[in-house]
Amino acid sequence: MHYLWVFLIGGLICMLGEMLIIYTNITSARILVTFVIIGVVLQAVGIFDPISQFAKAGINVPIIGFGASLAKGAMAAAQSKGLLGAFTGGLEATAGGIAAAVIFAFIFALIFHSKTKN
Amino acid sequence: MDEKQRNEAYNKYVTAKIPKTRAWPSLFNSFWVGGVICCLGQGINDLILLAFPNMAEQSAWAYTLIALIFIASFLTGIGVYDKIGKFAGGGSIVPITGFSNSVTSPAIEFKHEGIIYGICVKMFTIAGPVIVAGVVSSIVVGIIYLFV
Repeated sequence: MHYLWVFLIGGLICMLGEMLIIYTNITSARILVTFVIIGVVLQAVGIFDPISQFAKAGINVPIIGFGASLAKGAMAAAQSKGLLGAFTGGLEATAGGIAAAVIFAFIFALIFHSKTKN
Repeated sequence: MDEKQRNEAYNKYVTAKIPKTRAWPSLFNSFWVGGVICCLGQGINDLILLAFPNMAEQSAWAYTLIALIFIASFLTGIGVYDKIGKFAGGGSIVPITGFSNSVTSPAIEFKHEGIIYGICVKMFTIAGPVIVAGVVSSIVVGIIYLFV
């Protein structure tokens, strides 16, 4: 049953991105940046967790979730370690994702060649 | 004056040449593809928790995202993700798989410029701004949180 919420919320967020592409012609880099910042803000004002309770992957898989865990990590570490935590917490919480993107991109870039565009 | 007219004419030409995506079909496609990718993530997460019931929720999410990033990176390598992207637009960009694609895709594309200046530099052309925006805003949030 919760897959329905995952599908609906996840789909809606992606459709919002597509609307930005169609109606404002912004590039994918700008969309990703926008959604990361939306995630940071949602987490900062405390709306993210209540949504995440029922939307689960629907909001954690979109890049909004990446922004939210950055903010969540920074806030949690700021509370436990003070100023240093505000600096280290965000990247600590998202290190797995960033490291994974880098290592897999590196490996697959070594293995695969770019497809010639027809 | 002459230049202004020329610019206007050029802008008109550009708008006429930009491929028009018909809004509704592409919105629908981005909706269901995005939804399916999120459900895939939920499925992986549920399987991980099923296999390792004692795992903390956050670690399970981290593994889920790593798995999605791996899948998207591989699909980018074999050229499938770009096809999904052409079909689904925002549905393939907004999920974390789109982030992974944006790292792997330029890395492969610029491989011919060498490992350092090709792969290592170019993999951050899109991910760089994303990480900068995320890090800057999260530090700001963390510092504000210290004082609230």
